[in-house]
Amino acid sequence: MTSFILRRLALSVVLLFIISIISFFIVTMTPGSPYPWGELNPKISAEVKANFRKKFHLDRPLHEQYAFIMHDLFTGDLRSMKDDRPVMARIMERLPATLALNLTSILISLSFGTLLGVYAARNAGRWQDMAASFGAFLFIALPGFWISYLTAIVLVKGFGVPILGTHSYGIAFPNDLAAGLDTLWHLLIPATILAVGGIASQSRYLRASMIGTLREDYIRTARAKGMPEETVLYKHAMRNSIRPLVTGIGMLLPAMIGGSVVIETIFAYPGMGRLGYEAVLERDYPTLVALNFVVAALVLLGNLVSDLLYAAVDPRVRLE
Amino acid sequence: MRRLIHASASNSHGNMITSPTLVSETPTRRILRRFRADRIARVAVGIIIILALLAGGTALLSHFDHHWPCDPNVTNLEQKLLPPSSQHWLGTDNLGRDVLSRMLHGASISLTVGLIAVFVSLAIGLVVGAVAGYFGGLTDQILMRSVDALLCFPTFFLILTAVALLGPSLINIVVVIGFVSWTGTARLVRGEFLTLRETEYVKGARVLGENSWNIIIRHILPNATAPIFVTAVLGIPDAILTEAGLSFLGFGVQPPQATWGNIIADSKTYILDAWWLILFPGLAIFIASLSFYLAGDALREASESRS
Amino acid sequence: MLTIKDLKIGFQSPSGISPALKGVSLELGKGETLAIVGESGSGKSVTALAITRLLPTPPAVYEGGQILFDGKDLLKASDPELRRVRGGRIAYIFQEPSTSLNPVYTIRSQIAEMIRLHRPEVTDIDAEIIHWLDAVGIVDPASRINDYPHQLSGGMQQRVMIAMALSARPELLIADEPTTALDVTIQKQILDKLRDLQKDLGMAVLLITHNFAIIGGLARHVAVMYRGEVVEFGETHQVLRNPKHPYTQALIACIPRLGDRRRRLPTIGENDPSRKV
Repeated sequence: MTSFILRRLALSVVLLFIISIISFFIVTMTPGSPYPWGELNPKISAEVKANFRKKFHLDRPLHEQYAFIMHDLFTGDLRSMKDDRPVMARIMERLPATLALNLTSILISLSFGTLLGVYAARNAGRWQDMAASFGAFLFIALPGFWISYLTAIVLVKGFGVPILGTHSYGIAFPNDLAAGLDTLWHLLIPATILAVGGIASQSRYLRASMIGTLREDYIRTARAKGMPEETVLYKHAMRNSIRPLVTGIGMLLPAMIGGSVVIETIFAYPGMGRLGYEAVLERDYPTLVALNFVVAALVLLGNLVSDLLYAAVDPRVRLE
Repeated sequence: MRRLIHASASNSHGNMITSPTLVSETPTRRILRRFRADRIARVAVGIIIILALLAGGTALLSHFDHHWPCDPNVTNLEQKLLPPSSQHWLGTDNLGRDVLSRMLHGASISLTVGLIAVFVSLAIGLVVGAVAGYFGGLTDQILMRSVDALLCFPTFFLILTAVALLGPSLINIVVVIGFVSWTGTARLVRGEFLTLRETEYVKGARVLGENSWNIIIRHILPNATAPIFVTAVLGIPDAILTEAGLSFLGFGVQPPQATWGNIIADSKTYILDAWWLILFPGLAIFIASLSFYLAGDALREASESRS
Repeated sequence: MLTIKDLKIGFQSPSGISPALKGVSLELGKGETLAIVGESGSGKSVTALAITRLLPTPPAVYEGGQILFDGKDLLKASDPELRRVRGGRIAYIFQEPSTSLNPVYTIRSQIAEMIRLHRPEVTDIDAEIIHWLDAVGIVDPASRINDYPHQLSGGMQQRVMIAMALSARPELLIADEPTTALDVTIQKQILDKLRDLQKDLGMAVLLITHNFAIIGGLARHVAVMYRGEVVEFGETHQVLRNPKHPYTQALIACIPRLGDRRRRLPTIGENDPSRKV
């Protein structure tokens, strides 16, 4: 097992390397200049421009630029073209908020999605199933930004409840607990909206998987043993049904970072999605490369976690 | 040579046994029969047809005269930001343009993106999946590793970057979305091909000396079409939602061409006061996506169930 | 102990309800063994599963009759009552042991679950499990209790199923084609084991099979089923010697005998049970 993990990590490093090269080239081929000022701005002298180019190695050939960026990335010295602040610092300061948002969202979607999926599967074919499935599709089809705006309109305009950002502006909290709860509240709405699509799709996957599992012989054995239906569903059927979900778990986190761009923009939430969006707008190569790197690392880590979880759930699988 | 249709039956223990038989009701007809029987599916398809007619009709009619039947571009600043009224059924936007007109014109964009993006992703996914699934071995490994590598990039970012790179025109958006979403189809096709390759009739065809492409196209593909088609239909709302998201962020089809997404985008600063600018375009996106999802799911039920 | 009266069951399909059992009546006394013999589709498995209402009730429809177990009609029993009977008083073993055991839990876990539910008075569950595994003939049971089903051979899996079924000390064991999926040599071992265990525990056995050849020496009575009806019922040795119904005669004639000089084995034609090919 340890050899499996080690081999996986080694493979991941190689893949990360390749991915970083690809993302570097994609990013540098973007037309549009990276200068933080307009290309044709007459107020900037040629000398300033030359200095900028020198500082960010734009005068060197591409492969050297890549080497510089990679070196700076790992020494923590990579600087944004926009404001010359270290990129990793910017990413790190947004990391907690991003993780909080996305992990909460994943938690919500997995738990409610599972419940809904089991409910639909045990009532397969009956109206409860149709209602649950219809509800699931309803949720998947809801455009995130639409619901976000409608929620914002209703809560902010209708009830005067603050929901933007990570804490309510202008209110002094009597103690840390209150401040913490306030942050939690600000987190909950975007996390729930993000989770809505996830609940729906997880429930569909689980429902399909569980309907298949419930047809298996060992479920009949469990019933013949006199097990209560709850035990049959949640103990015998569940562990055999979550396999497809487990393979998908690894991809949930990186997917959400990209997919939460819109939500973060609307709720003014300081996450990495928004950072990436702004970086694309500003052609900030270093930030983009660093961000891609972080996300790719998360994907590979997520895949590893998925594989380990899969083996944990199914004893027939042997990791080689 | 008649195509051998892949029919399935169950033995007394409920296990699937498959045998190639010539059936009187072709699978296609069977699927269509079950699909038609589903009430929700009928409603969903009905809505899709209505949307298609509205979009197509508007596009066609306004091709000849840009101002008829309704003008999405006439601005009238005195009439800006009006709530729905008898004159402007869905209100006006910040430049006084009639929202209903803009939405009718935007319909064709959304539907076009949905359909063509899926078509692109289907084309790529089919080829990649078929080759990987049929030939297996090293080809399969290489192709699937590439798929995995592609999945390492957060899709939305990739689309965003690519569109920023190439410029937000309709064609670019469609191609980019298609290019990014073919992985699901490829995986599905590969899976189907791997299974179908081992069936008796394919083995028989190989023994008879048929060449690979023939086998793929004439024997395997017809039996795999159902799940592929279902994936395609279910992919349309994803494309529509992605396009809406792109428009919202400013990377979609640019104004003054109206799309459902950019009506909302343009009104970002006014949303708290002009709820109709959010409600109606979003509702349209929602209904279109929902209809495709329901139709796709009904199709999947129809092709998978055992009656 | 078990009386089935005029049981009628049908299956729903798009074209209506097709009858599976057309009025089956059977009787089984305490400690006795009854074999139900018939070909595929005769309704024997349906009968077996119907006894504790294990048939999934979309497609299946219970149209009439009674299933009296110790005087109580199981068809009218409430869910809690039914669950107490299942496993605790009537236990099952099925045809395919490889798919009848849950692949993700150890043998220990699956048998322990049974014991905890039906015999809560047992304090040392592990010892109890080892006892039963040994009773069914598993070598060195203590080393195998933490194995997963896929780590066992087919014969051992079936033994585990039997151990699991018996660990609750049921009054009736329903064995649905218990040896059909196993090698012939293993078949004999399992059947012998079953007979010994039945004698030791004094429990009744309902043996479902399509193979007339295995019931001799095992079942005192036999019921022959054809197309959802019991066409012959009686003591095994009498039925074997003097089959009254043409279908039974055909079935018995199909049993290959050592020293049989016939070139072609007799088979039963599709529609006419008395026709020999």
